[in-house]
Amino acid sequence: MSAPAQAGFGKVLKEWIFTCDHKRVGILYLIGSLAAFLVAGLMAMLIRVELSSVGPTLTANPGTYNVWLYFHGAAMILGFQIPALTGFLANYLIPLQIGAKDVAFPRLNALSLWLFWMGIVLALLTFVIPDPPDFMWTAYPPYSIISSGNTAFYTFTVLIMGFASIAGGVNLITTIIYMRAPGMTWSKLNMFVWCTFAAFIVQLIFVPVLGTAVTMLTFDKYLGTTFFSPGSGGDVLLYQNLFWFYSHPAVYVILLPFLGIVFDVVATFARNRVFNYKAAVYGAIAVALMSGEVWIHHLYASGMPDWIRIGMMISTILISVPVGVMMISLVGTLYRGAIDFKSPMLWALGCMFLFLIGGLTGIPNAMSAIDLHIHDTHFVVAHFHYVMAVAGTFAVMAGVTYLFPKMFGKMCNEGISKLGFVVTFIGANVTFFSMFFVGLQGMPRRYFDYQQFPQFQGLNQLITVGAFIMALGFLIVLISWIHALVAGKKAVDNPWGSRSLEWTTSTPPGPGNWAEVPDCTNFDPYGYGSNK
Amino acid sequence: MLKRFGTSALAVLTVLGACSGAWASAAGGAIKNPAANWQHLWDEMLLDITIIGVVFALIIIYLLIRYRRTQPDQEGNPPVLSLAAQHAWVLIPVFLFMADDLFLAARGWNLWNDYRSVPAGSYEVELKAQMWSFNFKHPNGVEESGTLHVEAGKPVVVRMTSADVVHSMFIPDFKVKEDSMPGRVTYLWFYPEKSGEHVITCAEYCGMMHSGMHGKVIAMPKDQFQAWADAEKAKIATANAEGGKS
Repeated sequence: MSAPAQAGFGKVLKEWIFTCDHKRVGILYLIGSLAAFLVAGLMAMLIRVELSSVGPTLTANPGTYNVWLYFHGAAMILGFQIPALTGFLANYLIPLQIGAKDVAFPRLNALSLWLFWMGIVLALLTFVIPDPPDFMWTAYPPYSIISSGNTAFYTFTVLIMGFASIAGGVNLITTIIYMRAPGMTWSKLNMFVWCTFAAFIVQLIFVPVLGTAVTMLTFDKYLGTTFFSPGSGGDVLLYQNLFWFYSHPAVYVILLPFLGIVFDVVATFARNRVFNYKAAVYGAIAVALMSGEVWIHHLYASGMPDWIRIGMMISTILISVPVGVMMISLVGTLYRGAIDFKSPMLWALGCMFLFLIGGLTGIPNAMSAIDLHIHDTHFVVAHFHYVMAVAGTFAVMAGVTYLFPKMFGKMCNEGISKLGFVVTFIGANVTFFSMFFVGLQGMPRRYFDYQQFPQFQGLNQLITVGAFIMALGFLIVLISWIHALVAGKKAVDNPWGSRSLEWTTSTPPGPGNWAEVPDCTNFDPYGYGSNK
Repeated sequence: MLKRFGTSALAVLTVLGACSGAWASAAGGAIKNPAANWQHLWDEMLLDITIIGVVFALIIIYLLIRYRRTQPDQEGNPPVLSLAAQHAWVLIPVFLFMADDLFLAARGWNLWNDYRSVPAGSYEVELKAQMWSFNFKHPNGVEESGTLHVEAGKPVVVRMTSADVVHSMFIPDFKVKEDSMPGRVTYLWFYPEKSGEHVITCAEYCGMMHSGMHGKVIAMPKDQFQAWADAEKAKIATANAEGGKS
């Protein structure tokens, strides 16, 4: 009995490992990024326990704590958010939404997937090697050059992940341009396709700059160059400029796809047309165009010339304009809709709420003079978790819950899913709203201890409680997925009643997605209602 | 429509008002304490973003309740936007957002100038940060580590650099911070109007003991500060003399 079952398993495993099918590549991206999310989330819990009291709590060694912090930041951004949004969601959805049988270069797609997995394995080895990096995901020199942490390890992880995302970007941009089904014009593309398209262009322009910066770092540390060493004619700030020249646009590489999926989920569950669709599309393009002109807001307190700190204060504040236009389209999509509060919709609405708070608290950070106080404090930590980290995670959750029936042919239990959402939402707000207050009072980030600020202990304990509530919420979500895979009800082809193209396939879609390439002449992804 | 126009016009006038306010205040001679002005601008901006946030949230909640699905197969009834309406839905919000943004930017710029213009006659201290301490040098040659004694009622400017990695001198009470790094001299200034003690803490990650890198600004009345400075200088002189003897 067991021998054929094993052979069956081996065959399935082989099929998955050697797959070039965009849907399987997408799901494998999801598994890898969830692994990073779980381990980096565990690090967040350790960090919160450590900060729950003044003085050493969980460990007496600040070095250990710094490795947790490093891993939490680096893995959440490079290992979870970017791959989950531009790896999993983009790979799974884009060919289905544009009516393509696969991506333009399926083998290249498999290459980027396995490069990403190598990056994940390398990142996880952080906990095995004797000299784990301890210089945060930013790796500012001179510290990253003199640190006993392994700089090369960090550099290679970043380079591998970067290479994976460049290959993925080239692939999906080509796919969107050349592989749309007949009749699928640019003005019929889903918001997710548009937003991801803009994000990939940003990714292609800026990732090489990060690659350059970390390579120069490695040269400085191991090969004796002095790019960032002022004693020999180098410049400390050069690295910070190169790093943020990539890493601020990286925020939009996360933001744009997550707004895109939220648009699609909201349109589906409101059964409504995206309000002023073209404005939202131009908004996404404007965000992409402006994303490279704002990086100095990470260096407001770093001794850059005053004129550029003022100039980029203005450009940073102005990026709220296209984002605001997109928000109006998103909110407008609810107007005269028929809103159903299924779990994917709850995640999407939760994301909108978190993004609203995160976006608005970005304005004080954008104002250079106000920022001189809150820069590098927990206020900033709270802001970017609201605007990007937790909002992005909520969008990923919305995406996974939305696509779950299509991916696995099973329905999640609505009760467990909704419970997971509610608990996570409460936990996220308790955690990060309290963090604004402790930051505003001056608690700097990346602190192992805060004996100079004993008055912050109460708020820090509240934050820790919130973090545990949030972790419980995610655990419930995970249980709802496992429960659905094992015992979920069978899903029909289009359980949400969506008009979008991906729901016209069988469930789960087979290789090639459709028996015949769909004709999209009379297709409209948002063609709901009487007056189409 | 007229109401919308009215709001926009109001916003533009506010921008102009703020700009003229900035010009008027530049003419004043008294020392403007950036920390006090920070609080003022913070309060104003908090009101601004709270209003925007509450308005958006209320609209979303209203729409969610008003347009919830009542029958399983119900679909939305999306409005058809004319070309003019499509443009209006972009241009009017863009105009409003930009008016608010530029208003805030102008106010922020004004405060920025306060932060970066060191008043004449400020007490000038040198800082050399290192892993993991703040080392100050007074104009009379007195050096101290961790604490910084200053005279209350006199602005203090700190010219800073670093011996090793990037650090950041952050004084939460004075709402100011600036990074110090090797190879560059940066500065910040603050205005201790009354005597008292204020935490200095490092705000740029600098390795293992980053969170342990902190100290205090101790602002003292003029005569006490003078006595302290003289006593410290005398200690150096004595030490030098003893060093010479041995």
